[in-house]
Amino acid sequence: MTTTTPALVSYDDAVRRYDPVIGIEVHVELGTRTKMFCPAEQSFGAEPNTQTTPVSLGLPGALPVVNGTAVEYAIRIGLALNCQIAESCRFARKNYFYPDVPKNFQTSQYDEPIAYEGWLDVELEDGTVHRVEIERAHMEEDAGKNTHVGGSAGRIHGAEYSLVDYNRAGVPLVEIVTKPITGAGERAPEVARAYVQALRDIFRVLDVSEARMERGNVRADVNLSLRATPDSPLGTRTETKNVNSFRSVERAVRYEISRQAAILDAGETVIQETRHFHEEDGSTSPGRVKSDAEDYRYFPEPDLVPVAPSREWVEEIRATLPELPQARRRRLHDEWGFADAEMRDVVNAGALDLIEATVAAGATPAAARKWWMGELARRAKQDEVELADLAITPAQIGELQRLVDSGRINDKIARQVLDGVLAGEGDPEAVVVARGLEVVSDDGPLLEAIDAALAAQPDIVEKVRGGNQGPVGAIIGAVMKATKGQADAKRVRELVLERIG
Amino acid sequence: MTDLTRLSAAELAETLARKEASSVEATRAHLDRIAAVDGDVHAFLHVSSDDALATAADVDARRAAGEELHPLAGVPIAVKDVVVTKGLPSTAGSKILEGWIPPYDATLVEKIRAAGLPILGKTNMDEFAMGSSTEHSAFGNTHNPWDLDRIPGGSGGGSAAAVAAFEAPLAIGTDTGGSIRQPGAVTGTVGVKPTYGGVSRYGLIAMASSLDQAGPVTRTVLDSALLHELIGGHDPRDSTSIPEPLPPLVEAARQGALGDLSGLKVGVVTQLQGEGYQPGVLARFHESLELLTKAGAEVVEVSCPSFDYALAAYYLIMPAEASSNLAKFDGMRFGLRVEPTDGPVTAERVMAATRGAGFGDEVKRRVVLGTYALSAGYYDAYYGSAQKVRTLIQRDFDAAFAQADVLVSPTAPTTAFKLGEKLDDPLAMYLNDVATIPANLAGVPGISVPNGLSDDGLPVGFQILAPAKADDRLYRVGAALESALESTWGAPLLDSAPRLG
Repeated sequence: MTTTTPALVSYDDAVRRYDPVIGIEVHVELGTRTKMFCPAEQSFGAEPNTQTTPVSLGLPGALPVVNGTAVEYAIRIGLALNCQIAESCRFARKNYFYPDVPKNFQTSQYDEPIAYEGWLDVELEDGTVHRVEIERAHMEEDAGKNTHVGGSAGRIHGAEYSLVDYNRAGVPLVEIVTKPITGAGERAPEVARAYVQALRDIFRVLDVSEARMERGNVRADVNLSLRATPDSPLGTRTETKNVNSFRSVERAVRYEISRQAAILDAGETVIQETRHFHEEDGSTSPGRVKSDAEDYRYFPEPDLVPVAPSREWVEEIRATLPELPQARRRRLHDEWGFADAEMRDVVNAGALDLIEATVAAGATPAAARKWWMGELARRAKQDEVELADLAITPAQIGELQRLVDSGRINDKIARQVLDGVLAGEGDPEAVVVARGLEVVSDDGPLLEAIDAALAAQPDIVEKVRGGNQGPVGAIIGAVMKATKGQADAKRVRELVLERIG
Repeated sequence: MTDLTRLSAAELAETLARKEASSVEATRAHLDRIAAVDGDVHAFLHVSSDDALATAADVDARRAAGEELHPLAGVPIAVKDVVVTKGLPSTAGSKILEGWIPPYDATLVEKIRAAGLPILGKTNMDEFAMGSSTEHSAFGNTHNPWDLDRIPGGSGGGSAAAVAAFEAPLAIGTDTGGSIRQPGAVTGTVGVKPTYGGVSRYGLIAMASSLDQAGPVTRTVLDSALLHELIGGHDPRDSTSIPEPLPPLVEAARQGALGDLSGLKVGVVTQLQGEGYQPGVLARFHESLELLTKAGAEVVEVSCPSFDYALAAYYLIMPAEASSNLAKFDGMRFGLRVEPTDGPVTAERVMAATRGAGFGDEVKRRVVLGTYALSAGYYDAYYGSAQKVRTLIQRDFDAAFAQADVLVSPTAPTTAFKLGEKLDDPLAMYLNDVATIPANLAGVPGISVPNGLSDDGLPVGFQILAPAKADDRLYRVGAALESALESTWGAPLLDSAPRLG
């Protein structure tokens, strides 16, 4: 197959000339204990083909039974996305032959999704809100995992043989499909990213999935088309498959906008196809060529009865939904009294949970923000890790702040305490004791140091006695130096003046 | 000493309970009978002597120890090869499963084992239960014990022939369009298709999921009731299983045998008689109606106009589901694996080569039919229309059961035909199931009771159909007819069959 690939159009030019329309399909693996249709356990990292039953291996005679918890999770997701929940819906068989699909059909929902017609307001980094319309959220089962051995880069092409691990086969998935997302204009890549990120946050809050992108718990397929103006009919779309990080979602949209603009500029037509995304350079390339249109021969799964969640159950689930991320952000914003820009920075830095937990541990919101967005952000950046991955807990920050507030250490010493905690020396209290960092408040040793300083600088003592208090700083400095900064400077000043009389 | 193989299951069970014979003796007697006649009949694909004798010895020991046992404990049974049995071959009559030993038991097999019935072996059948003569088995023909040149019916010809030839007192069959009842009719045995969902399908190698039902194959109505009660009931591993207890079947059979049917309305289905039915078949049918009238029943005529389309609808729905159910036989995980003789050995080509070599013609015919019926652009015209016909047939049943407690017809339009006679004419073969198919499409239960010999000296069957979940009516009416017939004949019908061996 040959496709002429005109040079990319610069992104700015592309969005000036065309109106991008996005569509996103997100698959989330549900964190149920067992699989979608059988009691095989599912957990990450198990030995290949140890988490199977006759059902998930597609053995002759085996029959599926719907996992009730998976249905509940799907309803939770549907409700969180403001969807209608079907009174009755069926599974269907999607028939296609592939070795990682044990029955050679995938049991999925086709024309009767459990949830439909919803929306999600997505907030961009600058606070702009874009509403994404949800077409449907439906349940299905995951396929197994193929490993191609002997070829280049693990691709099937040129491989000597392939191994299949059916541990993942039958893991429950919910697929969330948006309606065409329009009106994002040049911000389409950002909207796409923010949408997937917002979904990830929702999955976590709902506790329906670990939602770890790097483990493939959440996978996105990104559809993109261009049209001349927002009033033009929709253009031909491409579907970039398995874009599995937030940044990649943004880059994939951006790349496709530039690529399709180049094709349209050249007067050619975009080919409707699936495409692969390449992490290395952020480009996309054509996927499997479909010689003829796929015909999945969908029909209602005769081995399963319809899923008919009672309205009482749906309302019960609705009533027990946790506070969703956006509502929570608004509430915390109000409670903490941060400025809009401060709040956005906190959210963008991923510090919301940390600050909330630090406040819960007794710190004021301002103090919590100061630590996480200041000193700790600096250290995270320096070590190139996420804030949450620093070896310090919100409770420890709360304790640290208490030590400062009670005057047992000062701000400068607090940083040393932080060093100790991060170095694994224990909680702040323990570090203070072990390193002997407590502010010296016993006047005895302090007076000794003061007397020594006074004796060493009699000329300054004279000047102060003469009524000029200016040079007293030199004495205080000497005392602080002698006490390695552990003395309370205010108290030192009081004692020095007292001493000089 | 009595020939233990000539006893009914109920009689044998009593003999064992009275300790007049042991289960080992009974099992050995049947194994001897198999050794003597199965060379001619070829009812079995696999005889599991050691397994059966071990079970029998265990039951004998438990009985000697005074343990309370299931009423059928120690009574041997044969199981159709479409039912998976842990540790025993389960080929479904297909080359594609040759050598496969299932790692699990079907639910009904678990129940059989738990009750202590020695499993004599697995019986022959049309490949994947597709056929009406057992000639589509990949492992040779089964011969009708009444005339070894004739077919034993199908697909469950092996189970019916085994019971008719006194190789087993009990057998398990499966019925998708008549595969229990039609073999029963042409071999002079009793066969029951329970209400859909009445017996778990877990572990039945599926042909058409929405039509398949397992059921008893026996020589008496009471024996069927005993076996039906053992294998039936709710199974959480089969979503389509009815979550209610079975009606009392054995009690209904005992009651019926008393011969009083007063108050019962029997509906004769207009569409299931007349053209296409052998005169001898119709003559026996009318004689049986008279016996029912004599027993106090009122005979009325009911019309089910949509039954005329049942065969057509069946031959769309069944192949559609079968094409998908049989997709799993691909050489990837179990059973036959054939590599292409030339060209690259890709998964796709191995699948194609395996299926090409492993499936017989009738299976391929139905897979192609079903694939076509489900394909895009044809789905509505074929599968969709067939489902509408199915609904109409269900409504016909509802209307008919408003007028009559049971419906009756000849089970099959003809007696057993000669081996090879219809092998080249699939449509003529399909017509054998014209009277049995409506029950499968509607999910209602049916029984075939032997009701005499046709002019050609071959057995014919009388079919009784009841509303869903009213299987007890089959046993009441069936037992009444059986006892009336046997008093006319002076002996069971099978006593007039050739004594083989």
